[in-house]
Amino acid sequence: MIDWLLDDSPTSRLQANMGRAWRVWTALLRNPLAVVGALIVLVLVVMAIFAPLIAPYSPVGQDLANRLMPPSAEHWMGTDELGRDIYSRVVYGARITLLIVTMVAVIAAPIGLVVGAVSGYFGGWVDRVLMGVTDIFLSMPKLILALAFVAALGPGIENAIIAIAITAWPVYARIARAETITFRDSEFISAVRLQGASATRVILRHVLPLCASSTIVRVTLDMAGIILTAAGLGFLGLGAQPPLPEWGAMISRGRNFILDQWWVATMPGFAIILVSLGFCFLGDGLRDVLDPKQGEKQ
Amino acid sequence: MSAPLLEIENLTVTFPTSRGPVDVVKGISFSLGRERLGIVGESGSGKSMTGRSILRLIRKPGRVTADRMTFDGIDLLSQSERQMRELRGARISMVMQDPKFSLNPVMTIGEQIGEALLTHKKLPRSELKARVLSMLEAVRINEPERVANLYPHEVSGGMGQRVMIAMMLIPEPDLLIADEPTSALDVSVQAQVLDIIDDLVTGKGMGLILISHDLNLVSRYCDRILVMNSGEIVESCKASDLHKATHPYTRGLLAAMPRMNEDRDELPVLDRSTWTTGAGT
Amino acid sequence: MKNAAIHLENLSISYGKTPVVFDVNFSVSEGESFALVGESGSGKSTILKAISGLAPDWTGKISVLGKPRGHAPDREFAKVCQMVFQDPYGSLHPRKTVDDCLAEPLAVHGIGGRDTRVKDMLDAVGLDQRFRFRFPHQLSGGQRQRVAIARALMLEPRVMLLDEPTSALDVSVQAEILNLLKKLRREQGLTYLMVTHNLPVVSFLCDRMAVMRHGRVVEIAEVDALKTGRLSDPYSRELYAASGGTLQPA
Repeated sequence: MIDWLLDDSPTSRLQANMGRAWRVWTALLRNPLAVVGALIVLVLVVMAIFAPLIAPYSPVGQDLANRLMPPSAEHWMGTDELGRDIYSRVVYGARITLLIVTMVAVIAAPIGLVVGAVSGYFGGWVDRVLMGVTDIFLSMPKLILALAFVAALGPGIENAIIAIAITAWPVYARIARAETITFRDSEFISAVRLQGASATRVILRHVLPLCASSTIVRVTLDMAGIILTAAGLGFLGLGAQPPLPEWGAMISRGRNFILDQWWVATMPGFAIILVSLGFCFLGDGLRDVLDPKQGEKQ
Repeated sequence: MSAPLLEIENLTVTFPTSRGPVDVVKGISFSLGRERLGIVGESGSGKSMTGRSILRLIRKPGRVTADRMTFDGIDLLSQSERQMRELRGARISMVMQDPKFSLNPVMTIGEQIGEALLTHKKLPRSELKARVLSMLEAVRINEPERVANLYPHEVSGGMGQRVMIAMMLIPEPDLLIADEPTSALDVSVQAQVLDIIDDLVTGKGMGLILISHDLNLVSRYCDRILVMNSGEIVESCKASDLHKATHPYTRGLLAAMPRMNEDRDELPVLDRSTWTTGAGT
Repeated sequence: MKNAAIHLENLSISYGKTPVVFDVNFSVSEGESFALVGESGSGKSTILKAISGLAPDWTGKISVLGKPRGHAPDREFAKVCQMVFQDPYGSLHPRKTVDDCLAEPLAVHGIGGRDTRVKDMLDAVGLDQRFRFRFPHQLSGGQRQRVAIARALMLEPRVMLLDEPTSALDVSVQAEILNLLKKLRREQGLTYLMVTHNLPVVSFLCDRMAVMRHGRVVEIAEVDALKTGRLSDPYSRELYAASGGTLQPA
């Protein structure tokens, strides 16, 4: 199987692409921090998928007799002010966190990529207009901008996702534009143009695949920021609404008891830190593998 | 003839790869007096690595080993990095392929040449300036005063390369290693630059190692020629005897070159399978 | 001149506000191999770019196979005229396999039977079928240049613009590519307009040449004049001496 993947003379397109993916994968495995990051992200995904099997209690089931219990054998992370098991809530919270980061990535990355590639490829006034818009978005603090959008759209998890996506894309547009400009005049792009390919085709088929790897790296590194923004919105009561076990909202509620019942706010806080760190490690590793130009600088 | 300037025995340069270590230079030996030696080969032949390993400029995962590598009685292999820094420039200099990447873009040409001299010798300012200007004159730059105040991006490729040569020769080294010094230049400028190197080297009785892919060029400017192929020296001959070369690779290279008065319908192609192992980069 | 493959009349080209080519006139007849010779900055590559549409800022007249050229690349033109670039490392998309690269022009023009066409073309340029699904970084310089030539030939053009197709290659590989170009021209009756600074290459591959300096054509000569050293313009003679001097005295 490995011989098939590493074959120098692949016999099909599939084999060639699988071989490339395999090389990236093995290179990634050689970086211990990246492996740690990948494991954390994997645990997050597993937790999200199998939350009902992993969580010992219901995330919303109240048990007022057992309010604010410290961590114990029954409640690994203790219970909150309504007697809900914090561990179960953290596990279910993984679903919300994963939903937010995935949706933001799925919405923001393609928008940013297309805006940046179009802007870089055509240059001139197209570039000036698109980058002007991008700069306006970039110049505003993310959380404030997201707050404004949520305030306009109304609180809730969907609106939080939209708001974060709107604040996230300009960065990708900048990256994609910078990358596009470096090879806009290269000979392989000229060659496709000379074959009569339309601008749309050149951008979609030839320019975007080259911007993709640096964008993937950037998106992964941004995941931490997205999680924190989502938690921030949750903390301010504008993200996921109770009783949804969103980590930021959980911290927010735990704030009232932070001096006496530290675990209520700390446990979801740990989860946020750990997952953010995981995405950062993975992003750094991916950068070394996918984007050797930047890796060498370190 | 006196003791050779440079003696190399069984030089090997190894780079680790994912499929085990690869020797890019495979145990070559040669010696050099105060003469002009040409090293010719195609890309991947190890000719540049040979030049760099003399100055111990091979970067880390690469490893240089040799039974013997002496320069004017100094064992190059046992020198500390600091001692090597003193040797580089002062006694052995190197001219690289592209002046654009070798010159500091934010220093004027005069400052850079002066700097090259100052690192090896303390001189009063007035004398330094005079030395820089006379060196610029020596590389046939017409208005040395004006050029000394220019920045690298303000001069042409040919002039940049002449500035590089001035920089490398001003500390009066004993050995100059020129790695493809003219391949980024136009043909008419190539000849000028090589003539300058030639004049200075023969005038000062220095040793020269000219590394190039161009057989004709090397045969014109050198006394002796080494032909390298995949890390080995396949042919060693006097430059004037190049057309009598015996190794099939050298003969193949000579035949594969189109001539000015070309009447062959097809150029003979090297049959690499006879002597290469097919390891490519 | 009805059967001119390429016809240039009073062609002047500029990059932005900088004029680089002045008032160039020549025509290349069908089936001919014509060289543009000169040193860097002489504007020789710019002429190829203007013909292909990559340097849109020109005045004068360009016609290819009797049809006047516009100022940008277009689909119809792509089918009759293609270009091979100098740098085999920069002219192939780094993330696309040889197969993708060769099938792309067919996909752009909606031509079917891609599988067999790609296979046939690999044979024609002397590349083994096992190279078909390799990425450019898995190929040597010469193999890449073969892929670039194959890509240019996929649409079966009649005119090829060659921009220093061998100057980045080793001597022995250069010989292989030159032989290939000669063979393809003989077999398919192609017209070549080649830019080079290497006079011996002109002698091997071309019928006529134009010597350029500072954006102007200083001399147009038959290849025989080159072979016998009977060039008339002083600059051409200087160029000849500079490259002739590098020849083997034998």
